[in-house]
Amino acid sequence: MPGIDPFNSAPVVETVDGDQTMVLNMGPQHPSTHGVLRLLLEIDGETIVRVRPDIGFLHTGIEKTCEAKFYQQVIPMTDRIDYLCPMTNNFAYVLAVEKLLGLEIPPRAMWIRLMLNELTRINSHLVWLGTHALDIGAMTVFLYCFREREEILKMFEMVAGQRMMTSYFRIGGVSMDLPLGFLDYIKNFANYFPDRITQYSDLLTNNPIWRGRTKGVAIITKQDAVDLMLSGPTARGSGVDWDLRRDMPYGGYEQLEFKVPVATEGDVFARYEVRMAELRESISMVKQAIAKLPDGPIKADAPKIVLPDREKMKTQMEALIHQFKIVTEGFTVPEGEVYQGVESPRGEMGYYVVSDGTAKPYRVHMRSPSFANLNAIGVMCEHNLLADVVAAIGSIDIVLGDVDR
Amino acid sequence: MALQPAVTDLELLKVRPAVACLLESMPQALQAAKFDRDELTLWIEPIHLLDALQLLRTSSSTTFDNLADLTALDWFPSEPRFEVVYSLLSYQRRERLRVKVKINGTDPYVESVTPLWAGASPFEREVFDLFGIRFQGHPDLRRILLPDDWEGHPLRKDYPVEGYR
Repeated sequence: MPGIDPFNSAPVVETVDGDQTMVLNMGPQHPSTHGVLRLLLEIDGETIVRVRPDIGFLHTGIEKTCEAKFYQQVIPMTDRIDYLCPMTNNFAYVLAVEKLLGLEIPPRAMWIRLMLNELTRINSHLVWLGTHALDIGAMTVFLYCFREREEILKMFEMVAGQRMMTSYFRIGGVSMDLPLGFLDYIKNFANYFPDRITQYSDLLTNNPIWRGRTKGVAIITKQDAVDLMLSGPTARGSGVDWDLRRDMPYGGYEQLEFKVPVATEGDVFARYEVRMAELRESISMVKQAIAKLPDGPIKADAPKIVLPDREKMKTQMEALIHQFKIVTEGFTVPEGEVYQGVESPRGEMGYYVVSDGTAKPYRVHMRSPSFANLNAIGVMCEHNLLADVVAAIGSIDIVLGDVDR
Repeated sequence: MALQPAVTDLELLKVRPAVACLLESMPQALQAAKFDRDELTLWIEPIHLLDALQLLRTSSSTTFDNLADLTALDWFPSEPRFEVVYSLLSYQRRERLRVKVKINGTDPYVESVTPLWAGASPFEREVFDLFGIRFQGHPDLRRILLPDDWEGHPLRKDYPVEGYR
């Protein structure tokens, strides 16, 4: 939109190709932009001619802050990037640092991580489904989704003491062992949850209003999905058969059995179908992880990197010294650089960590899936109706904390 | 999983298709290579960047047709100061490759890869915003995260973490 000041949100009338178009400002406080996304929509009647996203309202400079923290202190920062899937962010970061260190983690920690990571995916997809349906006008689904999400947040609170900003994963394992009774709780959840997924899809899949609002709306072609660097369910809804968990397995996913749902239509409904199928796959993976969960330590045997148990710290001289050193000076990481991509609920979440051999990372870069997926807003909205913008934004499932970092 | 020493010898790295492909078709473009922690990094001459990326993308032995990530590094105060980092991904070969270009600090610019991947546009704007590296040929190079009137580029190493400038 040449000649328009992005900071001037007043409607501007100008002539493009002989037509009268108007610039409409949407957001940043619009409830269906899922945060603080501002869209500048150039419209001709009710048809969108061009759309330009304006982001950065949630930019907090996390990448810069990380450079001033010890490696273990970065973990709480990663939760706050994508606040709907904190464990996935923790997971990507600790995997990257473990790769830099060449550190191996015990099997129990690995399975706990996988189990919670998939629960996080369910949690994130439930928020997506609830808010997406709410945007389109189906309020009931929102209430049902948040009923189950509440259960998952309770489980997070049981393991980590926090509902949302869990910071549960540690470099070399997880912070604490699972509490008593947790496995029964999660088994119970895993047993009834598939029925709940059926409940949601009963409300939506064959609902004529839902189908009317989502079928054939905001189409992304497969070629666009690749060119625009889309990933995750957004790309899989357009026929891109790619899932990092299956194709470049990390952190133990090679030992799980699951299918990767793919749809080819590329519209809002296809992305909805992919995510609904992913919910079922995720809960099956949670069940597999519970079944395979062995006994044993939850932290790697690396006293100079992993904090000692409280018991050891209070009784052993060496452990006390290590505790003191790790907390006050951190631990050094050999020089090098690592890119670790994981499949977050939104797509490829990549952590690029560069070490210069000191106790603080030289650079931590987050390749956030929402930032890349926002690229699709142009092809989804242009030449479509204004009313479908809300459906389009909901269908790529962006989190603005993840976009802006 | 003990750490293996990094391999930087081009002769030894010829077994990697990306290195072999570049050495065969445009040896002038490849400055150096490193294989460390199961990840391959190539340093490319800035003037050959687009051709090299195009070659890696289309050659049947490499097929790095996806750009997964684009970012930069600041090695202040050494020169050349900046490195722009491209993380390529091949769906076919299920493999990653990191391509880097070194650029100097006095007038940092590099060619835009938006002709190859349209989706790189916001990533380049982000690097421009936070590092002050210009991308030649970018269709709309403006700040993206910070306000338009912001002074300085926060991810540069000489930009303070706290306090007033």
